[in-house]
Amino acid sequence: MLDLPLIWAGLIATAVLLYVTLDGFDLGIGILFPFAKSKEDRDVMMNTVAPVWDGNETWLVLGGGGLLAAFPLAYSVLMPAFYLPIVLMLAGLILRGVAFEFRFRARNRGRKFWTQMFATGSIVTALSQGLILGGFIQGVTVENDRFAGGPFDWFTPYTLLVAAGIVAGYALLGGAWLMMKTRDNLHSDARRWTLISSAAVGGLLAAVSVATLLVHPRIALRWGFDTSAAMAIDWAALAPLLAIPALGLAGFGVVVVMARRGSHHWPFVGALLVFLSGYIGLAASFMPYVVPYAFDFRQAAAPENALGLMLVGTVLILPAILGYTAWVYWVFRGKVDTESGYHH
Amino acid sequence: MELDALLLSRLQFAFTVAFHILFPAFTIGLAAFLAVLEGLWLWTKRDAFKVLYLFWVKIFALSFGMGVVSGVVLSYQFGTNWSEFIRLTGGVIGPLLAYEVLTAFFLEASFLGVMLFGWKKVGPKLHFLATVLVAVGTTLSAFWILSANSWMQTPQGFQIMADGTLEATDFMQVIFNPSLPTRLAHMLLAAFLTTGLVVGAASAYQVLKERAKGTVTGWTESRIALVMAVGLVAVLAPLQLVAGHASGVVTHEYQPAKTAAIEGYWESRADQPLHLFGIPDRDAQKNHFEVSIPGIGNAIQGLPRETVIKGLNEWPREDQPPPFIPFFGFRIMVGLGLLMIGLGATGAFLIWRRKLFETPWFLRFCVVMGPSGFIAVLAGWMVTEVGRQPWVVQGVLKTRDAVSPVTTGEVATSLIAYILVYSVVFTAGALFILRLMAEGPVAGAAEPGPGQDRAPGSPLVKAPADTTPGDA
Repeated sequence: MLDLPLIWAGLIATAVLLYVTLDGFDLGIGILFPFAKSKEDRDVMMNTVAPVWDGNETWLVLGGGGLLAAFPLAYSVLMPAFYLPIVLMLAGLILRGVAFEFRFRARNRGRKFWTQMFATGSIVTALSQGLILGGFIQGVTVENDRFAGGPFDWFTPYTLLVAAGIVAGYALLGGAWLMMKTRDNLHSDARRWTLISSAAVGGLLAAVSVATLLVHPRIALRWGFDTSAAMAIDWAALAPLLAIPALGLAGFGVVVVMARRGSHHWPFVGALLVFLSGYIGLAASFMPYVVPYAFDFRQAAAPENALGLMLVGTVLILPAILGYTAWVYWVFRGKVDTESGYHH
Repeated sequence: MELDALLLSRLQFAFTVAFHILFPAFTIGLAAFLAVLEGLWLWTKRDAFKVLYLFWVKIFALSFGMGVVSGVVLSYQFGTNWSEFIRLTGGVIGPLLAYEVLTAFFLEASFLGVMLFGWKKVGPKLHFLATVLVAVGTTLSAFWILSANSWMQTPQGFQIMADGTLEATDFMQVIFNPSLPTRLAHMLLAAFLTTGLVVGAASAYQVLKERAKGTVTGWTESRIALVMAVGLVAVLAPLQLVAGHASGVVTHEYQPAKTAAIEGYWESRADQPLHLFGIPDRDAQKNHFEVSIPGIGNAIQGLPRETVIKGLNEWPREDQPPPFIPFFGFRIMVGLGLLMIGLGATGAFLIWRRKLFETPWFLRFCVVMGPSGFIAVLAGWMVTEVGRQPWVVQGVLKTRDAVSPVTTGEVATSLIAYILVYSVVFTAGALFILRLMAEGPVAGAAEPGPGQDRAPGSPLVKAPADTTPGDA
């Protein structure tokens, strides 16, 4: 028999990872928008993602819809728990999303307004996602299968730190994406942005990691740190997990070294490795919880027949989705510079 | 009524879903229209079809963008505001929503990129395929969401477990529930009609402008589009009457309280009258100022005269749907539907007599009817959703038991935030669309001259005027 809840936990985790990396660079471009030197640069920046952002955002819908369908109990607890940051995120996504079309339709003042909304929407979205992630790591209060905490549980110094980390992380992805997709002056700017944000991400990721160990003894224990006693370290638990931060460090190394050597593609790969290590680190800290620290993925799973029905469709359709998504990226491969260069 | 999280959540859902439905109602038909235009262009090589495609695809891009962002809100709102609904019924309804994402959303979103930005990147046939796939995606999306909503109207194929959650016993029964076929047909026809009426109005406006200039002859782009739109309405508007009636028959069978609310029936009796007008009053449990035709109510429902049709007082007051919105929403929808039939029939007659472009009053009527599809869709959805109250899943789960454990303050905040954001987005979007429509397809499709501020991301730039089919 297939272990359906496990498969679905894996699928949703993959959808969220794909969302974070794919929409991560879209949002990163919005975050970097205020630093662009000219209207033409902003046009090019937007054009590098205009054909693909909608597909990228769909992974968020799959993450949310998949959670609803595969783990309805988790969905019904987490959504009310993060009510306000989710509303904030949706408001940000609306403003960011319509800005793609509106900015090109608007004239003078309207264009300025939608330029600002593109940046604001992207930053607000990234911040809210960081607050949600921080709140998720903190854990959610549950009674009788329902959310039972307060409306501002997600607002703490810890979650703010995580939110700052996400903003910097998306900026890193966006910068590295632009290095790959642009030329000349904009490419040089993108390289500078990438290097600055990789330093910021490095610092924030380290700070978040330390804070997580200090604030959340449960996670610390899993990593082999007994923070209750006098900092006893259980090397047997820690040693295998050290591969995760090592992957992250390797990612940073690739970003910095390759950017300095003038590579256009490797910094993006490095940024992806940084995200992957952060993501696996989180997964290792939480498994098997889908609602920390109330439900594991088995407790929250939908009935077997629902999971089975969806798996049939997923096995048939997901390869097609991945296939045509890859095709679309291939169609729009290569550098984007001035608009004429973009269309030929 | 107390202004609590429940009422505010209902207002918020009504507001956000009403805003959202406007865009799919328009883009489902528009995607198909674009596929037809591009197909005709590839087939006939007539430039007019390309000009029309390039014009309407800009309006499509704007509308689709607004539809996407307002749709994401809905997929999260089930959880933020109706978490108990999902906790209890997620095991049944969840897969339907997941299938919508898998089969429709990715298809639409991915190929939209090719459709808008891929003119010079892929060949004309592949581009046409992208347009067709977007159209297929919008229709698949309608299928799944209508399936989920129809299951909420006519639930079957499930059992209630000991902990109160629902499990499906037969997913085929869940997906193909009794009201799906008629409601899906009704909604798709509504979407096509909405698009036809908008295209008709924008084109009629341009034909009127051409008339004012005088000397315009032959098949201009706007004239072609007007004939296509009027022809579509002429065929689909009468069909919609049939589909709507069929949907009403299913409603009467499974949701008699909704039918009673729509018709303004309080007493159960044989040989019901048809109430043309009235003010349904829940407190008095009767209608004021009734204007009725006796003896034909049963015939309207397709029932013999001696059949007893239930009135609202069959149900305890707290189980009655509030009748005001279903009663008036239904009359607005049907009234507009009859006007659409009139528009289609008159238009078809004028086309036959070759007088369509020389009949200014009819062209003005087309312009006025432009928004009527949207109004009818909104009215119809209010009828069906309010008519289901007090249930969120008919007979299974009440709306008041479906709400999230969130505070009034949170919901008030989010409602205000949505109203603010949607006002800005909707105003701007509507302005851009109306501005494009006022310019018309010919002006809109013209390449901006040197020195002019061209819109770098606009679909138009992707297909400069020299693009012809066959030239990759």
